[in-house]
Amino acid sequence: MTSERENPQTLSALDRPNSYIGKTVPRPNLDRLMQGRGLYVSDIELPRMAHAVFLRSPHAHARIVGIETSAAKQMPGVIAVVSGRELSTVVTPWVGVLSHLKGLKSAPQSAIAVDRVCWQGEAVAAVVAASRAQAEDAAEHVLVKYEELHAVTDMRTALDPATPVIHASLGDNLAFERIHDAGAVDLAFAESDEVVEAEFVFGRHTGVTLEPRAVVADWNAAEARLTIYQGTQAPHMVQNIAALHLCLKESQVRVVCKDVGGSFGIKVHIYADEMATYALSKLLRRPVKFVADRVESFNTDIHARDHRCKGKIGVKRDGTIMAFEIDDLTGIGPYSMYPRTSAIEANQVVNLVGGPYVTGNYRARARVVFQNKNVMCQYRAVGHPIACSVTEGLVDLAAMKIAMDPVEIRRRNLIADDAYPCASPSGLRFERLSHHAALAKLVQMMDYDALRAEQAALRVKNIHRGIGIASFIEVTNPSAAFYGVGGAKISSQDGVAVRLDAQGSVICQTSITEQGQGSESLTAQIVGSVLGVSMDRVRVMLGDTDNTPYGGGTWASRGAGIGGEAALQATKVLRKNVLDVASAILQSVPGELDIVNNAVVNVVDGAPRIDLSELARIVYFRPDTLPPGVQPELMATRHFVPREYPFAFTNGVQASWLELDLDTGFVKLLKHWVVEDCGTIINPQLVDEQIRGGVVQGLGAALFEKCVYDERGQLTNANMADYLVPMSGEMPDIDVGHVVSPTLESELGAKGAGEAGTAGAAAAVTNAVNDALRPFGTIITEIPLTPQVILTALRRI
Amino acid sequence: MKASAFAYARATSVANALEMLTTYGERAKVLSGGQSLLPAMNLRLVAPELIVDIGELTELRGVAVKGEVLTIGALTRHADLLKSREVAAHAPLLKDAVAHIAHPAIRNRGTIGGSLAHADPASELPACMLTLGATIIARGPGGERRIAANEFFVGIYETALTPQELLVAVELPVTPKNSTHFFHEFARRHGDYAIVGLAAQASIRDGRFADLRLGFFAVGDRPLLAESASKLVDVAITPAVLIEAASALDDELDPLEDQQATPAMRRHLAKVLLARCVSLLLARPDLGAGAPA
Ligand SMILES: Cc1cc2nc3c(=O)[nH]c(=O)nc-3n(C[C@H](O)[C@H](O)[C@H](O)COP(=O)(O)OP(=O)(O)OC[C@H]3O[C@@H](n4cnc5c(N)ncnc54)[C@H](O)[C@@H]3O)c2cc1C
Repeated sequence: MTSERENPQTLSALDRPNSYIGKTVPRPNLDRLMQGRGLYVSDIELPRMAHAVFLRSPHAHARIVGIETSAAKQMPGVIAVVSGRELSTVVTPWVGVLSHLKGLKSAPQSAIAVDRVCWQGEAVAAVVAASRAQAEDAAEHVLVKYEELHAVTDMRTALDPATPVIHASLGDNLAFERIHDAGAVDLAFAESDEVVEAEFVFGRHTGVTLEPRAVVADWNAAEARLTIYQGTQAPHMVQNIAALHLCLKESQVRVVCKDVGGSFGIKVHIYADEMATYALSKLLRRPVKFVADRVESFNTDIHARDHRCKGKIGVKRDGTIMAFEIDDLTGIGPYSMYPRTSAIEANQVVNLVGGPYVTGNYRARARVVFQNKNVMCQYRAVGHPIACSVTEGLVDLAAMKIAMDPVEIRRRNLIADDAYPCASPSGLRFERLSHHAALAKLVQMMDYDALRAEQAALRVKNIHRGIGIASFIEVTNPSAAFYGVGGAKISSQDGVAVRLDAQGSVICQTSITEQGQGSESLTAQIVGSVLGVSMDRVRVMLGDTDNTPYGGGTWASRGAGIGGEAALQATKVLRKNVLDVASAILQSVPGELDIVNNAVVNVVDGAPRIDLSELARIVYFRPDTLPPGVQPELMATRHFVPREYPFAFTNGVQASWLELDLDTGFVKLLKHWVVEDCGTIINPQLVDEQIRGGVVQGLGAALFEKCVYDERGQLTNANMADYLVPMSGEMPDIDVGHVVSPTLESELGAKGAGEAGTAGAAAAVTNAVNDALRPFGTIITEIPLTPQVILTALRRI
Repeated sequence: MKASAFAYARATSVANALEMLTTYGERAKVLSGGQSLLPAMNLRLVAPELIVDIGELTELRGVAVKGEVLTIGALTRHADLLKSREVAAHAPLLKDAVAHIAHPAIRNRGTIGGSLAHADPASELPACMLTLGATIIARGPGGERRIAANEFFVGIYETALTPQELLVAVELPVTPKNSTHFFHEFARRHGDYAIVGLAAQASIRDGRFADLRLGFFAVGDRPLLAESASKLVDVAITPAVLIEAASALDDELDPLEDQQATPAMRRHLAKVLLARCVSLLLARPDLGAGAPA
């Protein structure tokens, strides 16, 4: 695997001797994790801690007639068996809506179902016991009598008048609808030489995290305080919501988030069973642990991407794309997820379709419907893979229709690199993108012409390979426009505090979180570089609402761009404060001094003047020796949120090279390329890992991953044998290249990179499969592209 | 995902294991490599009262050749088979097959006895036993029984073993010198159970099959030694002959539906495998392209 990049443009505060910016440095937390000294929620053992197991509904939709718990309560080790009704005295229900998503509706959801279950896997009772095994034993003795109700499972008929309404109070099964119409779509189609239509179908899948969701809730009745240990992406959001629904003040809730074994958006939501665990701790006045097992992870971790999207593209014979039109339908389960809602994905699809291209003619409708399946919500690259697959699929179909090369049609339609700032047909504002530079680089990296020649040569030998290209845009660094404006108490700003300790090392507290992305590393790199100290002197603390500034956390590709800028600004202040003290001690002026390599030096000749450790000693232990009136402040805090643009868009392009076995329908991925532009690159290795990891999740969607429901709403493959995650054996080498267009919203210039890989991978693969299928007169617009799907399309079975 | 409570005993000898199995009958389960039993217990699909761990019965582990017979102890791990020089020399098909079983971590624990007793119809080793004409040796309260492989597998996870019996070894005739083999399976990912697989052993004379044994797996409720193979023996293979054999094979198959494939797809893939096998063994690329309809 190779990784190509250009030197990032360096910026003043970062362009310093010994800067770590743009360098691959090892993650400071590696040794701890590799030596097994991480602290995951499952590792936490507290005195008197009990284990909660949830009895889950076997039915997709049923009335709870009765719950008989007396036998279970007699089982060894059992502390309590609690129903939804009993728990509702401790925790209030919630409704997952946001006011800026006009018309979005949902029904009140309880921590444990009361009277009715709405999907297979919804909790109906909690068993709390001294061990997980005892709780599972007892759960087998809880007798629940159900009266099965009609399960609404097919999104296509969810809105039919004949289909029962899941929540009578809502009137129908429509959760949300958005209609968008820009430009002159009808005219544009009329003026097109060719109009192509297709329906794109996406398999519902989920983000299988290595460590399942896990929480330990510890209600300390004496302090009237709840401590929540949880693998979450957004500790302050959890604090706010736990307090709200347990009727506490935020100051009564502390959320601690140590190591997290992967999140991918799965752990940015509030789950009913987690709320129930907080409530159980409060009810039972003792620590309670809940760790989802793999089966319940499949049944309750949010699912995503269950969409059917009709698309239409108009094109001129010269390749000019005239218009895009889509009609998207998605089924989100019985409730809109809390607090980010389940309308965001479809909303993003409407936002993003056609995004890389010039045409201003765009019409879209998205409908979000309720059904009796597990809830759907935001998972890595929310909406992007759908928008990208639809857009890029349509562009390839149009190119095929007018017999134009897929690279050429993109060259003719991508927004020019010098056209910025500008806006998309859905109204998204782009500060600066680099589609053409990225495409040019991709073509060169993959040696496109040679690959085409190889493809043609192999066809003759009955070997069928395909090349697929997919341009994309990615939403990163969201401002309050994402959630805050809709009334959600989800912070879009982040804060960082840095302080010099008594030996000249730095303690840094940040509100962004770490789930494996390298937040800790990039923060230390920025602080070390800006202050002028080596990274081993910087200790980064994250994931503790008692001990970090207030902030959003890590999601939506925002950690580096927003939290990183806060770190930069806080460290600049600390640096100034240090130099002020140094100039007082050295009887110099701040402008003549700098900090390099852990010491204050002369700007002119770099001669060391005073070690930071010595400076700290004087400040903390001999302040009496400082000149009168000098009050050192060796701690600084800064917060940051983008204000100019609601989102910092990034862009890129991916390509897939694969081989199709016509006899078996198997696809072999041979190679994958990505060129992306995330602005300033802080740590090239971390960025490339984000891209590759993202691509792998996209390839999982393209070929393997699907939650298979039967018509009664039963999830039939809720295990790691039947739900296929992508594994290394099937993954191609992934080459990553970069174009660097820093955002001017921040001094750091970093945009996000966490979701770009996932955004375009499936689109590239689908286009490549269709390229391979080209001589056989069939097109597939459904993922995952299983052998069954491919053989069926080829009419081999 | 915690197993329900069970008692555990580590057998000190085969006799000791048999004693416990006799006493407990269906309420006991033998624990060998644990790679199939423990997941099933953790999912609470089975809840034995007693686990009889045979892991320390070293007399059940190992590969030996005596005369024309290769004997493999029940406790021989998949990884042992992969490394065994005797297996490579006298049953090379087995070596190729084992490389397709799961992943190294599972091969380090899983055993041949466990795999055969478990009798997953998608497993590699049961089909190999049919192809290689193995004899399965079981010991029970009434002494030793020798069971021909084609009588051993009787259904999904079902064998001719009684709950009181212990599978102790398998015996294979050593592969004749001029013999050749083919092993291939279609699986979604490396290490997954096969959608369809074929373990074939053949001897070839003058471009024709003098003998051909085709052990298919994942094509029904148990592995299948295809009788349609006979249509390919002692004849000049033409596309038409292959089509005829494929259609005869189709009649023998009774594939199940699961997450990865419909019965129709399994039938199709079995025929693709047949064509590829014949093409490869006879070095006739003209026969391999496309599945005979
Ligand atoms: C992720 C994963 C992937 C796998 N993939 C494959 C694959 O691709 N192909 C494949 O073939 N297998 C696969 N397996 C299964 C693996 O090969 C097991 O090792 C094998 O099926 C059982 O062997 P074991 O020694 O682990 O048996 P155990 O799990 O210990 O036992 C299995 C069953 O056999 C019984 N048993 C065991 N030994 C004896 C004996 N001597 N006498 C009587 N009864 C006995 C047990 O009581 C139990 O019912 C996979 C397993 C896992 C976990």
